[in-house]
Formats: sequence, structure tokens, C-alpha cells
Amino acid sequence: MASFDVIFIGGGPAGYVGAIRAAQLGLNTAVVEREGLGGTCVIWGCIPAKALLEAAYIAEKMKKAPEFGVTPGEVKLDYGVAMKRSRAVSTQNSKGVEFLFKKNKITWIKGTAKLAGKNAVTVKTADGKEEKHDAKKAVVISTGSRVKGLPQIGLELNKKTVISSDEALTLEKTPKSIAIVGAGAVGCEFADVFAAFGSQVTLLEVMPNILPVEDADCSKEVERAFKKRKIDVLTGAKISNVKVGKDSVSMTVEAGGEKKELKVDIVLVAAGRAPNIEEIGLKEQGVQLTDRGFIKISERMETSVKGLYAIGDVAGPPMLAHKGEREGVVVAEVIAGQHPHLFDYTNVPGATYCHPEVASVGLTEQQCKDRKLEYKVGKFPFMASGRARTSGETEGFVKIIRGAKYGEILGAHIVGSHATELIHELVVARTNEYTVEEVDLAIHAHPTLAEAVAEASLDSLGKMIHA
Amino acid sequence: MATKVFMEALSPTMEEGRLVKWLKNEGDAVKSGEALAEVETDKAIMELVARGDGVLRKRLINEGDSAPVGTLAGVIATADENIDALVAGAGSPAPAAGAPAPEKVVAGQQETAGASSVPRSGEEAQAEASTPPQQKVADIPPAISGGAPRTPAAPAGNAAPAKGDVRSSPLARRLASERGLDLNGVQGSGPNGRIIKRDIEAAAAAGAATPRAAAAAAPSAPVIPREGDFHDEPLSSIRKTIARRLGESIGPIPTFYLTAEFDLTRVMEMRKAMAELGDEFKVSVNDVLLKATAVALSQHPEVNAHWLGDKIRYHNRVHLGMAVATADGLIVPVIWDADRKRMSEISREAKELAKRARERKLKPEEFTGSTFSVSNLGMFGIDQFTAIINPPEAGILAIGTSEEKLVVVNGESVVRNRVRVTMSCDHRIIDGAVGAKFLQTLRRLIENPLMLVY
Repeated sequence: MASFDVIFIGGGPAGYVGAIRAAQLGLNTAVVEREGLGGTCVIWGCIPAKALLEAAYIAEKMKKAPEFGVTPGEVKLDYGVAMKRSRAVSTQNSKGVEFLFKKNKITWIKGTAKLAGKNAVTVKTADGKEEKHDAKKAVVISTGSRVKGLPQIGLELNKKTVISSDEALTLEKTPKSIAIVGAGAVGCEFADVFAAFGSQVTLLEVMPNILPVEDADCSKEVERAFKKRKIDVLTGAKISNVKVGKDSVSMTVEAGGEKKELKVDIVLVAAGRAPNIEEIGLKEQGVQLTDRGFIKISERMETSVKGLYAIGDVAGPPMLAHKGEREGVVVAEVIAGQHPHLFDYTNVPGATYCHPEVASVGLTEQQCKDRKLEYKVGKFPFMASGRARTSGETEGFVKIIRGAKYGEILGAHIVGSHATELIHELVVARTNEYTVEEVDLAIHAHPTLAEAVAEASLDSLGKMIHA
Repeated sequence: MATKVFMEALSPTMEEGRLVKWLKNEGDAVKSGEALAEVETDKAIMELVARGDGVLRKRLINEGDSAPVGTLAGVIATADENIDALVAGAGSPAPAAGAPAPEKVVAGQQETAGASSVPRSGEEAQAEASTPPQQKVADIPPAISGGAPRTPAAPAGNAAPAKGDVRSSPLARRLASERGLDLNGVQGSGPNGRIIKRDIEAAAAAGAATPRAAAAAAPSAPVIPREGDFHDEPLSSIRKTIARRLGESIGPIPTFYLTAEFDLTRVMEMRKAMAELGDEFKVSVNDVLLKATAVALSQHPEVNAHWLGDKIRYHNRVHLGMAVATADGLIVPVIWDADRKRMSEISREAKELAKRARERKLKPEEFTGSTFSVSNLGMFGIDQFTAIINPPEAGILAIGTSEEKLVVVNGESVVRNRVRVTMSCDHRIIDGAVGAKFLQTLRRLIENPLMLVY
């Protein structure tokens, strides 16, 4: 039994960042976490996946090395080694969060928490003991989400032939063939990794485009690049007749008016995450949920119960680490009695790390059309970028959608090498309401990929120079 | 170095705060970032923190009292510093009518005790109106008040020019300039009080009575005002007081209405005579009324004016807005230099603009820049009505239906064609008598349409 000012339930990016900010603001802070600090992001998501994608990038790059005058000996691909390196990076990051906790004097309570009133939680530790802890100012629920599989079409996760990203991250070797169901960020990233490591990959998406939340131009560009790499991309796909065997899975896939039988070693379900709302005692406390089953929160991150807050995936989409992190900062400042700037959900960037990378902020062109906005599009292909040519990575483009009248950045979409880094110039611009003219006025160093951002701004004004 | 403690905007929407409790006594040493007092905002109780180190020398708001954002709440200084000049300005809201951005307060740390801050030029006028003279004197830095003579309205030694002093996003600046909004009058809700798009939209919505009309027609400041097209008149004291008092009384635009009934007999005769010369010479009653209004406006610049917050802009050119109902709502295309155009030109242009308004094909310059507007619901059989002023214009003329009526002329009842017009007037610009004189001129022109060729 200990007493704190604030207790975070869950030590993922939302919870741990919120805890650090709370501690910085002088609050006595604890985090209940049963697994490792850093949550899905550090242990089962962003970080290990990016480590594998880097391996995939090197594997692909090796194929081109001779063009650069570097001819390697025999290139061997070993997914097990890549996996182990990715686990090591993950562990290192988790330890990093532990260090930050110590530095900020945050208590890590190892165990599983349940609400005991709005000002206390009970924690069940690994050895089965139960202890109660007080939270004088607030309890913050940051329990995150988990992959849920697709039992409705017969793809119940069995961790062997029907797996989620969790298992994909710990495979010792790549399967000969794999079907990835769901071509969102996770699906596309694993398609990239497995293809680079030699699997025959079939990427299945029910929507008409892969990366359905991205601008259709970006989706098409990635689809083209994937097909070039012999990834079988099937969009508008309907799956039926799923038969899960001991060491293979078969199914009927209907796409583009064709029906075909697919038999693969492994199916990776990369669609659907469910918020972790069970077993924390929400009902007993009267915490309301949204129609989609997330915890309902106010703009100050407060749930329907005063003094009880929720942040991160459990509090609704977009289920992104950086969205959770910012919510963590906001909630900490609210609890500390400050008056933070409220979360601007219209300016959360998206990033997908397959090759070519995809990144975006704001509205897609289709959304602009749906809202009947008057807009102009500026587009600059990396093919015309000197820097992109030097590295031999000329796929993709920068696309900026601006308001026709005022030039405000309605949306920005980048496909290509380092897109996930390049987007941030436009995130800053959009967040601060710069127009494309301010973006162009900023001098971009030459030669850089970022010049493409300035050129796309100019193109939206009808003044592009290099294409 | 003294640091002023202001009532800060502790929530984005906070306009005033109640000082619940002082956490420091006069004479207590305080450090930057330390809580000085608890303040109740419109949302919660928050802490007001020190923005500088020193001794809390003076507490200027009593516990339990409310004060608008920007009010001087206290002074932090060294133990022996002379803070009289700072304290003298207490009680009246300091510089910004809106929230003093933390930067602003930090800047205060640089000020010496003698050189107190003076309202920015934009707020100058209002502050002057509400501040008793003796406080005003105390606000002028002694170090420079002995210099060259200057008008009280613009003391040199004044802080940064208004433009640089207001934090705003590029998009907000574009929106504001198009809508003729003065950023000085807009409260910012972005980081550190930065004015962002939503603030401009809120300010525009607050200023426009009909949202639909606002969406289409709010941008009504001249697109590119050229020198000589107008002259700006600083507000006189009485004008300021009228503006403030009447504004408090009714909404943001204190409006009053003047109705008059004009005899159209001669207009009808004229139209008939013209039509007999050929179809190409046909004009509508509305065309005549537009022309007459434009001519009357050219004779009454006091009505052909814009309210710009700290000044009134009197236009020498008449750009007449004409409200047109479209499927999407109201839009107000503009007949530029309507007073200098012939009736035939007005007739043709009015028809063309109305047609393109309905087709949503108007260019921006065709529905911005009006100096005064006219709305006509006569075709709907409306006897008379009041139209909503299209800010920042001074007034709008609402024209009813023209119809035959029994009226008494020289002791005899006769049937005459009559029309009722109602002018909505922004009382901050137009007084009752001024509006009445304008309608008098308009009556003379309409009842004697030959005057239109004079």
C-alpha cells in the first residue's frame, strides 16, 4: 500500500510519457505495467518492426550495390539474426524507459491493475499478491490495445499458422509463403520485410486500395513498387472458405472479379486492434464507452468519471504511439493544474515504413473532394530530385494539397525514401497555419530530398522550377 | 527591474478571473514560476505564477474580486525599488484588451520601474476612453514626456508597433486582411495567445449577424484600397463613448432603423417614357433605386463609411453592394463606382451580377469591397423589412414592394405608387439625424428622378 498523486495503468508510450511529464511537474507518480516499459510500441510494435524494416532495406539495397561499384560476396539472408537484433533494440529501448523512470523518480509497480474507486487501484503482482495503492489526484488509464484476429472469417489467431504481428516479430525464419490480411501500415510493413527475406508474399486488402487511410495516389505508388518486387497485391479482396491446417492455411480469395484458391504456410492477420478495456473495472466505476468500444474522453482526457482519465489507444483512434504520447503530456499538465494546449487531432501525422515509405498529415484529396473544398494540388516527383538520383531512390513524390483561396495546407502526402522524416516540415507548417508560400520562402538546402517539399509547394502555386 | 503581475488568460476562453486567494504576502520574496495567487477562471481554479524574481511589493487586486484579463494584479520588484509609477496604472486593464501573452509579460521584466508600458496603438483609443486623465499621465514614461510635443493618442516611446506586437499565424493574417478585421481586436487562442484561424472565424462570426451572409459577404473591405479613395478619421471622444455605450446596449453592432415611404409616381412616368423609346431603354424600379442610392451616398460620405474598430473610414467612392438570394444563401455582389455609372450600366451590371451570383460564378473581387449595401425583397411582396448590416459597413437599405396605395395629396385621396425603404444604421457611425438626412436626399432623388441627371 502506497500513496501517489497519480497512477498510470499501462506503461506504453501514452502512459510512460504522461508519467514522465507528471513527474517533471512535481507529481508523485507511479505506473502499473505487467510486461515491460514502453508497451506495444517498444516491445511489440514500432521499434522492433522498424529494426526489421532496416534489415529489409539493407537486403534490397545489396541487390543494387553493384550499380554503385560495390559488389558484395554472397549475400545471405537470415531472418533469425535480424529478429534477434530487433529484439535487442527493443530491450535496449525498454531499458531506456526504465532509466528515465529512475531519473524522474517514477515508481514502476509490476503487475496488473484494477480500478478501486477513482482514487485507488489494486494491483495483482506476478506472484499472485494483491496490493492497493492510492492516487490522490488522478488515475490515468493507458492500457493500450491488442491484435484481435479475424475470427468472423475463420482466422482465429493460433500463433502458429495464423499469427499476429507479435509472433511475426519473433519468428526464427521466414515462411516460404505468407498471406498478410490487411494492408494498413502493419500489413504493408511486414509484406516489405518478408518479401525482402525471400517469402512469397500475398497482401490482401478488403478496401479498394492498400494503405486505405492514405491518399489514393500514395497507395497506388506503393502498390506499384510492391508489385515490382513480386509481392502479390490483391485489393477489394474477399476471403472465404478458410481452412486452417497444421502447417498451412488455405482460403478462397475473390478480387478483381477473379476467384482463386490460396494456400500458404502462414497467415499474418494485420487487421483489427481491440482496446484493452476488460478487467480494469470500468463498468464498476461507471466509465462510459464510445460506440466503437473505446473509452469516452473529454478534450481534457477525462472520462465520464471525474478524476479518472484515459489516454492512448484505449481512448480511441488514431491508434498511434505519437498520438498517445501527446495525450500523455496533455493529461499530465491537466492533472498538475496547468492549462495545456488541447490536442489537435487534425494534425496527427501518419507514417508507414515500408519501402518506399509513406507519410502524411491532414486531408487526403478524396476528403477534400468530399468536403467540397476548393483546393489546388502541387506534386513533385523524386525522379526529378538530384538528391534522390544520387542515392538511386527515385520512387515516389511529394504531394501538397492547398486551399485555393488562402494557400493553407489542407493535406500533405509523401511517398519515397525518408518520407517519414520529410513530412515533419509540413507538419510544423500545417500546425502553425503556414501557407505554402511560407514553406517556399524557407530556403531548402541543396541537394536534399526536402527540396521536393519546396518544389511541391511551388507547384501548387503554379511556379515549379525543377520539373 | 520590476516585473508586473497581470491577470493572465489561464484558459483559452477566459476573459476575466476572480482572485480567490493570494498565496504570497506583500513583502514576500518570490521566484519566477512560483505561484502567487489562486485564480478562478471560467473553467477551474488555476494558479497565477510569478514571471520574475524579487519581492512581491504590491497586491493590487483584493481577494474575492474579479478583474479582466490583462489587469495589473501586482508588482514584483527589488525591496527598495520605486514602483509608484507602476502602481499608478492599476485598476484599468493593461495593454492588451485580450490576453497578455507570456512574452508580453516577460518583456515587462525588461522595463524599468519608471517606464511603464503604454497601450499598443491599436488599443490606445479605447484605453484612453476608459482611463481617467490622471492615470493616463502616469502611463507616459517620464523620461520621454519632456521631449518633443506629441499627441496623447500616440506617445512615442510606445512599445512595438501594433503589427509586430500581435502574434498571429500567416493564415490568420490572410483571413483577417480579407475580412477587414483588425488583429488588435481579436483574442488569440493559439500558443501564447497567438491568433489562429479559428479566432478569426470566431471574430468574424461575432461581427456578422447572419452567418450565411457572413460566409458569402463578410469580406467587404475594399480589396485594394488606394490612397485618395477614402480618408480615415480618428474617433472623437464623443464618438468613442457613443460606440462603447451603444455597443454594450445591443450586440456588437448597435443598430437602429429608419423607415420612410417614397412616392414613385415620377419614377413610373420616367420608366414608361423610356420604355416607349424602345425595349433597350427599359429599366426596373430597382435599377432606379440603386442609382438613386448611389448618388445619395456620394452626397453623404458620412453614411458611406466603414467601422474599423479604432477609426471610421469614410469612402469617397461608392461601391454598392446588392444582396442577391441564391440557392446557397445570401451573397452581396458589388457594383463598383455605382454613383458614376449611368442607369443603363447599373441596370446591365445588376442583372449580370445577379445572374452570375445565382450560378455561383462570381469572382472574389465581385463580391468584396462594397462600401454600402442594398437589399430588396419587393419582388416577394414584402411591405417593409429590416436588413442586417454587412460589417464593417455603416448601414444597409431594405427596399420593400412598390405598390399602389391610397394617399392624401393636397387634401384629396389619390392612388399613388409608393415604396417603403428601411435603413439599418450602425449607431457607432451614423446618428439618427444623419441617417434621416440621407433618406431625405434619397427621397428627393426618387421623387424627382430627373435630379439623377443633375
